[in-house]
Amino acid sequence: MKTITVNIVTPDGPVYDSEVSMVIAVTATGEMGILPGHIPTVAPLGIGAVRLKKENSTELVAVNGGFLEIRPEKVTILAQSAEHATDIDLARAQESAKRAEALLQANKNEIDFKRAELALKRAMNRINVYEGNI
Amino acid sequence: MASLRDIKTRITSTKKTSQITKAMQMVSASKLSRAEVNAKAFVPYMEKIQDVVASIAAGSTDTSNPMMIARPVKKTAYLVITSDRGLVGGYNSNILRTVMSRIRERHTSNDDFVILSVGRKGKEFFTKQGMTILESAIALPDHPTFADIKEITRKAVGMFSDGTYDEVYMYYNHFVSAIQQEVTETKVLPLTDIQPTGSTASYEFDPSAEAILEVLLPQYAESLIFGALLDGKASEHAASMTAMKSATDNASDLIGGLTLQYNRARQAAITQEISEIVGGAAALE
Repeated sequence: MKTITVNIVTPDGPVYDSEVSMVIAVTATGEMGILPGHIPTVAPLGIGAVRLKKENSTELVAVNGGFLEIRPEKVTILAQSAEHATDIDLARAQESAKRAEALLQANKNEIDFKRAELALKRAMNRINVYEGNI
Repeated sequence: MASLRDIKTRITSTKKTSQITKAMQMVSASKLSRAEVNAKAFVPYMEKIQDVVASIAAGSTDTSNPMMIARPVKKTAYLVITSDRGLVGGYNSNILRTVMSRIRERHTSNDDFVILSVGRKGKEFFTKQGMTILESAIALPDHPTFADIKEITRKAVGMFSDGTYDEVYMYYNHFVSAIQQEVTETKVLPLTDIQPTGSTASYEFDPSAEAILEVLLPQYAESLIFGALLDGKASEHAASMTAMKSATDNASDLIGGLTLQYNRARQAAITQEISEIVGGAAALE
């Protein structure tokens, strides 16, 4: 089976580097599946999970923003932050989800509201990735 | 001449100081090696983002993104990266001197520019000069992660976008080696001088090159700042290590000199005592 190299890098260092058979990522325009031999593409990423399919397993990585660079034999994901499902601290994610929810309740200010909304989205994404229900 | 006891006290206190500086030197050395690792971890990200930005910029000729267009400059922002604490040799003073001379060259009035300051030393300095500090970040950890400085980078880029200022220069100490750091000036925004890297693949853009630049350019500018910060941190630890090393060396020189002085004084005292005894014995005969 053909494989494609996936690199996930963040400003704090590389997060993931491996050969997979398929990558599914959430881009700004919708979900995108990438198989080996894909045409060179660049697309911005939303807050979401990247699914990395191997022969008989699927790995999940929570990414926050950034973008995706595809070449026929290589996929590079540049995210501001990314966490592998096994590295996610569930308690911390739940904590920040709660905090963001409280902020959403309290705030009428538009900018703060948006920020809290994004924080909540990020936290929910991490929780979902940790639990594997994507 | 100082008495024996005076010299002894000075030797002891200098020794204690040198123990402290020695310890600080070793702490800085270990922090430096970690800072270097952090700076290295950041390299692949920076290279990749540069690559993509360059290839998009090369591919699309009409760069209508406001971040890439130079506009008439009404206000300039200076992002200055200093340390939070002293005992780092010339680290802070070099930077602040460079910034001040640049500002004097370019501006006649304090209203023409604003300061974005990272580090307590810079903030204190510019406050004393009566300059406008728009944003400041202090008490950053020794090994900052991207999340730690996201706030100030986002604001720095955001205020450029909303027209608070029209260009951003960044000053930091570039880490050359453990004994050499270089004050570096970089123009962060607008991104007018993105060089095409040559062998770039032509990409498909989803949804469009413009939409991607909109996401990519702020991220690029933010990572430029983050890279400078990591570089600056490595320099800070290196400068602190060098400063503490020379302090330790000075202390041991001083101790050497004082020990010599102490021994001479001791010898003189003994000689004097002997000659007094001899003199006393001679008087009895």
